[in-house]
Amino acid sequence: MLCSLPTAEASPSVQVRIADLQKSFGAFKALDNVSLAVSPGELVCLLGPSGCGKTTLLRCIAGLERQNRGTIYLGGRDVSNLPPQARDYGIVFQSYALFPNLNVEQNIGYGLTGSARDIVRQRVGDMLELVGLTGSETKYPGQLSGGQQQRVALARALAPAPSLLLLDEPMSALDAQVREHLCMELRSLQQRLGITTLMVTHNQEEAMLMADRIAVMNQGCIEQYASPQSIYEHPQTPFVANFVGQGNWLSFEGNGSGHAQVGALQLRLAGGVAPRAAGRLFCRPEAICVNPLQGEENLFAAQMREVTFLGNRCRVSFEFDALPGQSLTAEISASQLPSSGTRNIRVALPPSSLQVFA
Amino acid sequence: MLDVNIPVGDRVQVRRIERSGWADRLFVFGGKVLFLAVLAMALLLPLLAIFWRGFSNDMGQGGGLAAARQLLASEHFHWLLGNSLRVSLTVAIIVVPLAYVFAYALQRTLIPAKGLWRAISLLPLLAPSMLPAIALIYLFGNQGLLRGLFADNIYGFWGIVIGEVIYTFPHALMILLSALSLSDARLFDAASSMGASAWRSFYSITWPASRQAVFAAFCLVFTLTITDFGVPVIVGGDYQVLAIEAYKAVVGQQQFGRGALIGMVLLVPALISFSMDAWLRRRQRSFMSGRAQVFTPQPSTWRDGGYLVIVVLICTALLAVLGMAVFSSLVKFWPYNLSLSLKHYLFNENAGGGWLAYRNSLVLASCSAVIGSALIFTGAYLMEKTRGQAGLDLALRILTFRPMAVPGLVLGLGYVFFFNLPDNPLHSLYGSMALLVICTIAHYLTTAHMTATTALRQLDTEFEAAALSLKVPLHRHYLRVTLPICLPAVLDIVRYLFVSAMTTVSAAIFLYSPDSILAAVAVLNMDDAGNVGGAAAMSTLILFTSAAVSLLLAWTSRGLLRRSQAWRQSTPSH
Repeated sequence: MLCSLPTAEASPSVQVRIADLQKSFGAFKALDNVSLAVSPGELVCLLGPSGCGKTTLLRCIAGLERQNRGTIYLGGRDVSNLPPQARDYGIVFQSYALFPNLNVEQNIGYGLTGSARDIVRQRVGDMLELVGLTGSETKYPGQLSGGQQQRVALARALAPAPSLLLLDEPMSALDAQVREHLCMELRSLQQRLGITTLMVTHNQEEAMLMADRIAVMNQGCIEQYASPQSIYEHPQTPFVANFVGQGNWLSFEGNGSGHAQVGALQLRLAGGVAPRAAGRLFCRPEAICVNPLQGEENLFAAQMREVTFLGNRCRVSFEFDALPGQSLTAEISASQLPSSGTRNIRVALPPSSLQVFA
Repeated sequence: MLDVNIPVGDRVQVRRIERSGWADRLFVFGGKVLFLAVLAMALLLPLLAIFWRGFSNDMGQGGGLAAARQLLASEHFHWLLGNSLRVSLTVAIIVVPLAYVFAYALQRTLIPAKGLWRAISLLPLLAPSMLPAIALIYLFGNQGLLRGLFADNIYGFWGIVIGEVIYTFPHALMILLSALSLSDARLFDAASSMGASAWRSFYSITWPASRQAVFAAFCLVFTLTITDFGVPVIVGGDYQVLAIEAYKAVVGQQQFGRGALIGMVLLVPALISFSMDAWLRRRQRSFMSGRAQVFTPQPSTWRDGGYLVIVVLICTALLAVLGMAVFSSLVKFWPYNLSLSLKHYLFNENAGGGWLAYRNSLVLASCSAVIGSALIFTGAYLMEKTRGQAGLDLALRILTFRPMAVPGLVLGLGYVFFFNLPDNPLHSLYGSMALLVICTIAHYLTTAHMTATTALRQLDTEFEAAALSLKVPLHRHYLRVTLPICLPAVLDIVRYLFVSAMTTVSAAIFLYSPDSILAAVAVLNMDDAGNVGGAAAMSTLILFTSAAVSLLLAWTSRGLLRRSQAWRQSTPSH
């Protein structure tokens, strides 16, 4: 099965390198000195809130926007000033942009002009098999479901065997139920073809699910560029920490004995604290231990405020007795909930889970 | 490994891409430059020529600053201006409320046979403005059927007003129909849930959303009336207006400067209303949200009955007038021998062009429709869907909106002044059919361009980007995707240009030669020569030709829609 799949063999996957890209719309800086390198065969997600410049970056790579400054290399070739036709990529748009007056076969074969008819037909058949829509040749886009339209758009983008695939929010027009399934399908297809892929999304779950690496963008800059795991576990900026997943924040000051002073609480940190340092501590909800069996460090008495049942897990909001009025959130498995009706709990903030931000 | 790659050598592919890059640049840049050049020649330079002519002091031409001051101070001019303003204001005050009620009945009530009423109400569009005037003569003239109804005779103020009311009614109606077609059912639900009366919800929802269109309709009717001379020339009698004066100055007395000065005066109301309209339109924009739900009226016997009576009355009046023109063209010798014959359709014995004029009009209308829609739609496509020539785009946008503000009479004068210059290399065009085609396209450009733009804006903005990423040349994409999707809109433009070219007289009157005389001009000439029967016959011929072509195009469009139903049934998205 695998060896009969069409591959992007003629144009091997390329490395993408972007250096100091700048783009403004009037006074608004959409891209502010963005640099990014994507390895061959890698899937990179550009993740960020709307208006962060992720789509602009994708459109610059596609040649649909012209950057004010900076360079774009595709496979070592400087394409910064080339028109879109000369750049060799396939793109799937948010709206899919399928041509409504052409049927599925004509849509997929749209970029194959100049080749003999039976070769085009063969290629279209292969692409349809690839995306699992064999037999839909004569249907029109309006007769397909959203998920099927997305696959036709993907087949159309891949048909001319491009060496780079660009995806602009490909899932946002789909229902939540089919989204995860299609994410997995798209990812496995991409891995089979080994095609370098850049995907724009504002949905962190999609990015986590699919990406080899994620570039988190904010206000025209890349805040962090790393694997999904390290983005989640070691966010480098407060923005990344906030944007990806949930978290608790505590302001602290160094108290001279190597500990962080948070109100009346004294917390030990993994790296120690300089005497005059001040800043904020960040902690993921699931890293917090409630009523630990072993004697954890940084263990304090607290009051439960609210428990939200999430199925396999529970979200507990609580306040330390020593920090009244400051609500924190922990996420624990349901079995860890105190069985009796008491609201009194003990909560530990393990030193390794506390990350320091200025 | 099964090799299913496209057997296109790398170098061949590179060459293909380079070639398609050049072809694209030629298509986009060349197309825009060509469009701009056509607009400059057909619009900008003739308009500048009016100002140049009006302010130059050539002897015996009646132009220049001194002449302008003298003209503006003269009693005669004041009288003409007063007449023009009185007529135009009266017509606008009568037409706009009537058209509003009519449009409201068609869009917001449940009267039966809406299609029929709409078709009847738009009939005057298919005939030159002289046709209602001729019919008025047969109805209320000295020997008219109903001459007793008017104390004096129809010639004069009320004749002009009634003729212009019929002529301008469908123009106002079209604006108000489209304004009242947009309404958000949710607003009405909210209003009635808060206990608002029908009158209150009209006043707080319908009226604010349509008052800009009312203003636009008022301005359009005013401008059409003040610049039209088809009606006053036929039923005006001694009641003279500015449009006739401009026509007489240029055609009768060869006083080009004087004609230019009056043309500039006539340009003023059009320019004022145009810029106010544009300003209001910009403020209006936020009224409709994208998620609006279509309003469907509830049945109400009293309301529907009342509106039906009004609609039937208006349609009867229109049909009576138009039918009178058709009937009179078939009568042997009015009013003495009322037996029917086709005598008036044997134009050959008459002065004024006859069948040659009709054939010329067909050629003009066909050429304007085909060339004009190709030029305008392609131009609109390039302006709407390609980027990278900001300066060119801006110049094109400004120029494409100009004709809306320029009355045909003024445009025609501009053509006379510009193309009649002996030093102009384009002088040889003067009097030719080619110039008439150019002038007609330029005159009706804005509406056609807006139709094209509206259709193009409904297309996914990423279509072109998708085509480029697939390395498909833009001109091929235009022919293979854009044009087929927009074909109904293109046919609409073809119909509009054809009908307009058949009926236009305002600009063409200055530009024809004996070889290129037009049907609508022949109507004027025959009426001038006292052959009212012939004029009625020619008007009727124009009416039926326009109607036949409109029906044919509507039928073609329906057939196309049915054939493409497979893919038009739902738009591909979300």
